[in-house]
Amino acid sequence: MELTLWTYEGPPHVGAIRIAASMSDVHLMLHSPQGDTYADLLFTMIERDGRRPPVTYTTFQARDLGSSTAEMVINSLRESAERFKPQVLMVADSCTAELIQDQPGALALGADLPVPVIPLEMAAYTRKENWGAAETFYQLVRGLLSRQAPPPGTERPPREVGTRPSVNLLGPTKLGFRCRDDVVEIERLLSSMGVDVNVVAPLGASPKDLQSLPKADANVNLCPEVSDLTCSWLARTFGMPTISTIPMGWGATRDFIAEVASVLALDINIDAVGESRLPWYSRSIDSTYLTGKRVFVFADGSHAIAAARVARDEMGFEVVGLGTYSRERARDVRVAAKEYGLEALITDNYLEVEAKVQELQPEMVLGTQMERHIAKRLGIPCAVISTPAHVQDYPARYSPQMGFEGANVLFDTWVHPLIMGLEEHLLHMFRDDFEFNDTVGPSHLGSEGEGARAHDAAAGVGEADEGALVWAFEAEKELKKIPFFVRGKARRNTERFAVEQGLTTIEVDTLYDAKAHFSN
Amino acid sequence: MSNVIASSVGEHHPGPQLQERGQRAVFCGLTSIIWLHRRIQDAFFLVVGSRTCAHLIQSAAGVMIFAEPRFATAILGERDLAGMADCHEELDRVVGELIARRSGINRLFLVGSCPSEVIKLDLETAAAKLQAKHENRVRISAFSGSGIETTFTQGEDQCLKSTVAELPSLEASNQNLIVLGTVSDIVEDQFRRLFDELDIKNVHFYPGRKAGDLPAVGKGTRVIAAQPFVGETARALIERGADLISAPFPLGAEGSKAWFEAVASAYGVDPERTQQALEMPYQRAKRAVSVHRPKLEGKRIHFLPDSQLEIPMARFLSEELGLGVNEIGTPFHDQLVMRGELARLPKDVPMVEGQDLDPALARVRAARPDLTVCGMGIANALESEGLRTKWSIELVFSPVQGFDQAGDLAGLFAKPLTREDILKVGSWS
Repeated sequence: MELTLWTYEGPPHVGAIRIAASMSDVHLMLHSPQGDTYADLLFTMIERDGRRPPVTYTTFQARDLGSSTAEMVINSLRESAERFKPQVLMVADSCTAELIQDQPGALALGADLPVPVIPLEMAAYTRKENWGAAETFYQLVRGLLSRQAPPPGTERPPREVGTRPSVNLLGPTKLGFRCRDDVVEIERLLSSMGVDVNVVAPLGASPKDLQSLPKADANVNLCPEVSDLTCSWLARTFGMPTISTIPMGWGATRDFIAEVASVLALDINIDAVGESRLPWYSRSIDSTYLTGKRVFVFADGSHAIAAARVARDEMGFEVVGLGTYSRERARDVRVAAKEYGLEALITDNYLEVEAKVQELQPEMVLGTQMERHIAKRLGIPCAVISTPAHVQDYPARYSPQMGFEGANVLFDTWVHPLIMGLEEHLLHMFRDDFEFNDTVGPSHLGSEGEGARAHDAAAGVGEADEGALVWAFEAEKELKKIPFFVRGKARRNTERFAVEQGLTTIEVDTLYDAKAHFSN
Repeated sequence: MSNVIASSVGEHHPGPQLQERGQRAVFCGLTSIIWLHRRIQDAFFLVVGSRTCAHLIQSAAGVMIFAEPRFATAILGERDLAGMADCHEELDRVVGELIARRSGINRLFLVGSCPSEVIKLDLETAAAKLQAKHENRVRISAFSGSGIETTFTQGEDQCLKSTVAELPSLEASNQNLIVLGTVSDIVEDQFRRLFDELDIKNVHFYPGRKAGDLPAVGKGTRVIAAQPFVGETARALIERGADLISAPFPLGAEGSKAWFEAVASAYGVDPERTQQALEMPYQRAKRAVSVHRPKLEGKRIHFLPDSQLEIPMARFLSEELGLGVNEIGTPFHDQLVMRGELARLPKDVPMVEGQDLDPALARVRAARPDLTVCGMGIANALESEGLRTKWSIELVFSPVQGFDQAGDLAGLFAKPLTREDILKVGSWS
C-alpha cells in the first residue's frame, strides 16, 4: 500500500486507451466499472479531442458481480464490433476487472467475433500508464505483423537502387507532450534530407498502416516510453535498424541527422539540412544573464535527458538536479545524471520531488505539471517540458519541442518565465522601489507567482535540521536585501558555510564570508 | 411514508418511463471528495483503492488545487492483494503517516473503492480498530465511494449516511432543522438570514464547515434536502425520528420560494409573514432570471444522466425560462427526494433511468437539441458535431441554490448559446 497525493501516471489501461485514441479504425473494449469512464475527459478536455476515444466500457455494477459480468463482456464485444466495425478490436481489463478474473481476452477469442481480436494484459497493480501504452502498441504491432515475419536469421535485402529511403516515426500518441507538432517538424526535417516517412504510428495510423511498417528502411524511436519495445521487436524480427537519438535541442537534432544519414547510408551535409536561431540567441549578449542559472529538471525519461543537455550545453545553465518519475527509464536517467555530477532522483512521489526542489533552491524548474505546482508554491520560475501536462500545455499554435524549430521553441519557452538581465540588475540595486521589487515577479508576466513571492518561501528551509544555527537580526535584515530569486541560494550557502566553520550565529560578516567563499 | 411532510399532492409526473441498462458514462462516488474536502475543512479523505482512483480524482479536479489537498489514495499493490492480513497492517502504517503529517485533521474518512469492495476489504472494521489506536486525536470512519455501488454525487450521500449514527440525540422537548447536502458557504449564509427572518431557529447545515458540526437528531428534527442526491441519508435520519419536508429543490426563483415555504409551513409560520420575508428576494430572483429568458425561451434541451440534478434543472428551465425538455436522463431515480420536483414537471417529459451511452447519443444526434447537458467526457465530442452543450459538473461545483443565485444558474445555461451568437469563427474542422 502506497500513500499517494498526486500521481504522475495513470493506470496501464489509460495507456491502452491512449493508443486506441491515437489511431483510426481500432476499438478497445475495456472491462471496467462506470467510474473508469472518466478517462474520456483526458482526451476530450485536456487534449480537446473532438471525438470520444474509441472505447466501450462494460461498466459493471455490484449487482452484476458473480453472475453476469462475463455476459456483459460478450455483449459489449458484439455491440462494439457491430456498431464501430473496427479493423481490430482490442480487449483489456481495468484494475477492478482484473480482480474478478473474467478473462475478457479469452472470452473475446472464443466468441467468434467478425473482427480480429488483440487481447491485452494490463497488470494494473504493478505497472503504470506509459508501460500500458508501450505494451498495447507492441501487442498490436506484433499481432498484425508476426505472420509476415521472415524466418529467423533472414538477411534484410538492401534498398532497391533508385528508391527513396524511408523511415517509420514510432511512438507519438495522444496526450503525449507536443507529439502533434513534433511529428510535423520531424517529417519536414526528414523530407529536407530526402527521406520519406513511411508510417507514423500510433498517432494517425490505422491497423492497415501498421501492416506496412516493414516496408521502411528503419524505425525512428521518437518516444521511447511508448515505442522502445516495438522498435526492438521490429529490429529482431524484421532486421529493421532503430534510430534512437531524440532530436530535441540544436545539438541533438544535428546528431539525429547524422544518425539517420549513417543508418540509411546517405551522404548528407548537416549544415545544409536546416538551422535554428537558438545558437545565435544564446550567444547574443542579452543572454549572458542565463549563465550558470541553477536549473532543476524532472520529467519523463526522454524529456528529462534531452532537457538537461539543452539546459547546460545550449542555454548555459547549471543543471543542479535531474530526475524522472519513470522507473522504466531510470537506468538511462541515472547514466545521464552522472554526466552532470549528479545522483538522479528516481521517484513517483510528488512530495519527494517537492522536498528536493526546496532543498536545492534552483533558480528555475523544468518539469511536468506537478513541478509547475511545486515551483509556483515556492515562487520559482518554471517551464513545463513533459507529461503529465494540463490543458494549457496543448497549445493552439505550432509548438514542437523537436527539430530546429523545436530548439527555437525551447529557447523562448525557457527564457520567458525568467526575470530578464537588466531588470535583474536593477532589482539588485534598488530593492525597495515600491512598484518594481522582487515580490512582484517578472514585469512582463503580470502578477504570476506574487502570492508565493510576497512571503519568503525560502525561509525556514534549513531550520529543522540546523536547529542550532541562529541568524542575527542584522544578518537576517541584510539577507532580505538580496533579491528573492537568489535569496534562497544565499541563505543555503551561508548556513552551509556556517556549519562548516562551526559557527552557531550568523552575522552580517558570515553572510559576506560565505559569499566570498562560494563566489564563482 | 409517514415521516414525509408533503405540502401538495397533485397529479405528478410519473417518474422514469424507461429503464436503460448498458454502457454508463458517469463518474463514481469518489468524485464527491472534490467538494466534500473543501466543505469540511478539518476532514481528510483517504481512498483505499488503485492508481485509477488517484488518477480519477486528480483528473476530475483538474489538478488545479495548489495547496496540499485534504485527500489522498492508499494505492493497493500486488503485495496487498496476495494476503489480506497484510492490508490492515499496511493501512495502519499509512494512516499513521498521514496523521503525523497533517496535524490539523480532526476527522479521517476511509473511502472504499471498486478494488477494495471486490477484495472485500472491511474498511468499517479497519476504521474501528484505527479509531481505538488514535482515540482523542482524530475521529475515523469509513464509507464507500466505489463505482460499482455509487455514481458521482452519491458519494456524498454515502459519506453523510456513515455519520448519521454518530449524531447526538435531540432532547425530547427540542426542535431543530437539518438542511441536508453540501451548499456553498455563501448560500449557507443567505439561507441562515432568511431562516432568521422566518424565526426558524436551531438550523444545521449538514455537512457543516467543521467535521465536529454534527446536528442532534430526534423526534423534533425536521429535515429538508438542499441537494437531490441525499436520499439514503434522509432515510437514515427518518429512522432516527426525523421528519422529511418534501419540497422542490431551492433552484430558481420558484424552486427557492417553494422550498422556503415548505419549511415555513412545516413550522407553522403565518403564511403572510412568510410571503413578507420571501417577497423581496423572490422578486429579485425573478428579475435576475428574466434577463436570460430571451436567450433561452423556446429552446430545446436534453439531459444526459450525470449528477442527479437533471430533474430539478429541467423543472427550473421549463417552469421559469420556457425551455422545452426533450429528455431527462437520470443515473437513478429516488422517489423520496424527487417527489416535490415531479409535481412541477410537465407530465409528458420523457424520463430515462440508467444509461446506454451509444443509443442515448444517437437520440441526441437525431433530435439535435439546442443544448445538451452532459458529462465532461462527452461535451466536446458533441460540440464538434455542432451541438451546444453545458457540462454538468459545473452545476455541482458552482453556488446555484437560493434566490440570489437563480440568475447565475440561468446564466450557466444561457452562456453556451450566447457564445454561439458571439463567435464569428468556423466550428470544428
